[in-house]
Amino acid sequence: MAAAENYPADLKYHSEHDWARIEGAEAVFGITWKAQDMLGELVFFQPPTVGATVAKDGAYGEIESVKAVSDLVAPLSGKVVQVNDKLKSAPETINDDPYGEGWLVRIELADPAEADALLDVEAYKQLLVEE
Amino acid sequence: MSEWGELPLIFERSKAGRSACSLPHYDLPEAKVPGNLARSEAPRLPELAEPDLARHFSALADRNFGIDSGFYPLGSCTMKYNPRLNERLAALPGFADLHPHQMPEDAQGALELCFRLQEALAKISGLDAVSLQPAAGSQGELTGLMLVRAYFADRGELSERRKVVVPDTAHGTNPASVTMAGFELQPVKTDAHGNLDLDDLRRVVGPDTAALMLTNPSTLGLFEEGIVEVARIFHDAGALLYYDGANLNAVCGISRPGDMGFDVVHFNLHKTFSTPHGGGGPGAGPVAVRRELEPFLPVPRIVRREDGSFALDSEQAKSIGRVRGFLGPFGVFVKAYAFIRVYGPALREMSEAAVLNANYLLARLKDVYELRYDRLCMHEFVLSACALKREHGISALDVAKRLMDFGIHPPTVYFPLVVPEALMIEPTESESLETLDAFVEAMRRIAAEAAENPELLHEAPHDRPVERLDEAAAVKRAIVRYEFGASAPASGQPAAST
Amino acid sequence: MGTGYLALTDADREAMLAAIGVASIEELFVDVPEQLRLKRELELPPSASELEVERELSELAGRNVPVGRELSFLGAGVYDHYVPAIVEAIVSRPEFLTAYTPYQPELSQGVLQAIFEYQTVICELTGMEVSNASGYDGATVAADACFMAAHATGRKKIAIAGTVNPQVRQVVKTYAPGFGLEIVEVPHSGGVTDPEALLAASRGAAAAIFQQPNFFGCLEPAPDLARAATEAGALAVAHVDPLSLGVLEAPGAYGCQIAIGEGQAAGNRLSFGGPHFGFLAAKKDLIRRMPGRITGQTVDRSGRRGFVLTFQTREQHIRREKATSNITTNQSLCALAGLVYLSWLGPKGLRELGETCLGLAELARQKLPVREAFAAPSFKEIAVRLGRPAEDVVREAKKLGVNPGYPLGRDYPGLEDVLLIALTEKRSPADIERLAEVLTEVLA
Repeated sequence: MAAAENYPADLKYHSEHDWARIEGAEAVFGITWKAQDMLGELVFFQPPTVGATVAKDGAYGEIESVKAVSDLVAPLSGKVVQVNDKLKSAPETINDDPYGEGWLVRIELADPAEADALLDVEAYKQLLVEE
Repeated sequence: MSEWGELPLIFERSKAGRSACSLPHYDLPEAKVPGNLARSEAPRLPELAEPDLARHFSALADRNFGIDSGFYPLGSCTMKYNPRLNERLAALPGFADLHPHQMPEDAQGALELCFRLQEALAKISGLDAVSLQPAAGSQGELTGLMLVRAYFADRGELSERRKVVVPDTAHGTNPASVTMAGFELQPVKTDAHGNLDLDDLRRVVGPDTAALMLTNPSTLGLFEEGIVEVARIFHDAGALLYYDGANLNAVCGISRPGDMGFDVVHFNLHKTFSTPHGGGGPGAGPVAVRRELEPFLPVPRIVRREDGSFALDSEQAKSIGRVRGFLGPFGVFVKAYAFIRVYGPALREMSEAAVLNANYLLARLKDVYELRYDRLCMHEFVLSACALKREHGISALDVAKRLMDFGIHPPTVYFPLVVPEALMIEPTESESLETLDAFVEAMRRIAAEAAENPELLHEAPHDRPVERLDEAAAVKRAIVRYEFGASAPASGQPAAST
Repeated sequence: MGTGYLALTDADREAMLAAIGVASIEELFVDVPEQLRLKRELELPPSASELEVERELSELAGRNVPVGRELSFLGAGVYDHYVPAIVEAIVSRPEFLTAYTPYQPELSQGVLQAIFEYQTVICELTGMEVSNASGYDGATVAADACFMAAHATGRKKIAIAGTVNPQVRQVVKTYAPGFGLEIVEVPHSGGVTDPEALLAASRGAAAAIFQQPNFFGCLEPAPDLARAATEAGALAVAHVDPLSLGVLEAPGAYGCQIAIGEGQAAGNRLSFGGPHFGFLAAKKDLIRRMPGRITGQTVDRSGRRGFVLTFQTREQHIRREKATSNITTNQSLCALAGLVYLSWLGPKGLRELGETCLGLAELARQKLPVREAFAAPSFKEIAVRLGRPAEDVVREAKKLGVNPGYPLGRDYPGLEDVLLIALTEKRSPADIERLAEVLTEVLA
């Protein structure tokens, strides 16, 4: 069911176990394999509304499993342009494919330079070892 | 497993046109409700005659496990024996049929019972004034924090004092109460010895601190060795100390929260003082305070007048107000009071037995399960199934489920959060040595099974009406009431004949 | 002595101390600083045998005047309805009485299924889609509803009708500062609430709370009040009498999003104010905001139907500081009594009971030598003007063995001469005759 542990090299990572895929002026957010593993089977995703502003390091929604609920932390600032509606009926997609089908939101970046403050995959993996 | 059978819901036993009730028929004038206010569709309440009602609930009871069913070592819950004397006394018509709006002069016995209970709780806690009003421990906590809030507002300090310090081992109600009372949470760490990290504490406590919320002994079952210093740190900063009384069973008659330096205390009458848990309540969460906080207690207060009679006093200008209807859950007070009267000062023996029982289990289990903090415990202790997880893939949950096959209710699992694969065990003073030994045998057996036959544990329990339930499906499907019009029981098996 | 509850013998203790490796029980308390050890006995009355405790508490009970020792028409939020014997037989089953909260579902299918049935019954009565497993009482569930509404709407004001039970309003006011809420009360006019006034007060409010029947026993224009709330963008919250819902419309059917109330009248004795239970039910889009426990249906690994606590992430033990409430122990056994009682009644019994209450109130109107204070129709309570302070009338009537009701002047300035008389099925036409006689005599 759930994916095998993996952390794609082409993503940027936030210490709260959220990832960002930067695509020009936009970025896609999601949670890492570690996050979905800690939470367990996901049952509910509370997204922000399209058009809402998100701030780097701020909470932009919630993700819920049977045993825990967690804030989603925005790796970058911007405006929400798209939300993954598929997760409404199948939140467990996040467990199966946290970096692909399990993407959460797409935003229009407010300040692309913020990406410099994010971790690359090696730094994130190092963080996981230390925890 | 199959001998249990599927149990119908009461709505599935229902048949139109019958009922269990009998109501008096009076000759009455007609009285109609105006059309737009009148009921349009009858509620689909069950329709059964009384014999089937009795059978249905009897069948439900047969599928439930209480303290009378067997050992129930749920840490932090104090599952001690619920004396039946207490039930008989709470049901006396002079108590059970007394209307709360009755004139105080015709409720003197009830008011006196409340007053005496207040006095007893004040003595046990070593504090000065008590309110019985809060309906449960968590409401007692919230009330306590509201008292802290009122105290600082009265002194003009509330805008500075925003933070309540809570240890990382705290019961989940503590942070929730902090939020509900309008404060901010300031977590503090526990050190390797199981005490509050005093360096961390000194770092976080300051002029913006309102209070500490602490359980002592902690949820690890360990007495806070530095409590005198902890109290000094907070009092020097002008802050208060709040005691979560969930673990009071360890220290009654041995040490008093007031002497430890606490300013506000809540009690759980349904834990320490034996009132029954009822499957999730009712409980009671009275609070006791130091003299300085008395003006803020909820109203009405129960007072004794000069002539010895009892009255209700709502003229307390600084009171935080009312937190619950009437004087609180009076029926629960009767039970707790009776329990305290049976013991008297021998409550000390109760706590000693609780601590002895816990240490005995600890001594006999710590070689088989991991113990994080190598100290004597108080009335409860926390083991870890970490080694079993690592070596055999057996979790605390698996251990818990397998215990059910031995006729034992599992301990609390996965709490406190600082211990992974936690098993929090609280035997209470009610248990005999034979029961404790049987528990030890079961736990040791399970540890052996983890190595020999892990599948047995993964598939436990084996002898209950249901196997492990899909909790994720419960949330996703959100069936939270009976779906009228849906067909026969989900499994397709014939309904049990009870 | 308490040793009747303690099973360890001296020999047991010795063996246990040896196994632990200490010489005495005293040594187990080594972590308790010397200066904190109590050096004397607790100052409590000496321990007593069971029969002595029974004697003491019977004496205390004997100094109260329960219903049964006077003819009582007291109501005002808590009611003397008949509790059938089957209720007590079921709630005294030890498997229900002595069980904890059902966190281990395989051992608790009895309680879990009972809660599921209770949730269903509450939804049926109120016309709502989700109910929790109970709250502390009818007053604290109002605070819970305010918390829910504030989080759901983001608004920080609550409008509440002045005809809502005073204790409910008091509790809401106590909780409000911590929630950061402003409370606005809407005074009654003619014993009921004016929808226009509620509309005005509800602008910018998270919720508007009204009571049906209200504290005066009067029937509010409930659908209009719900509409007023909704028009102002607030959630409409009805505080209702569960035993009225066989003859009065369900709040869910006339535009309310939340229904709350005091459940005591359903199967729980008066008990000087508690323990009772509050109920809280709502439309399903509010399920994630709902405080307290919720039981859900699911299946086990073999496909059997079973019940579990669900939506637990909202509760204190997972979300901690972000919980929708700090409630843990609620009122499970009292709610079970409510379930048994409502099942005993069934839909026809509930309707019949409601009609009896309506008929008794009408009979009282006709027979009593006093006029009503308000013109509005009522359910099982009537407010009457005595022309004299009600507190005095009550004292004098009690000398004649009748407690005629609740003096409204305790909570409402200007209503000192108004008495609130409750008529449940335990009062017969003969009882009403007796009340009429006594009032005639006292008011002469």
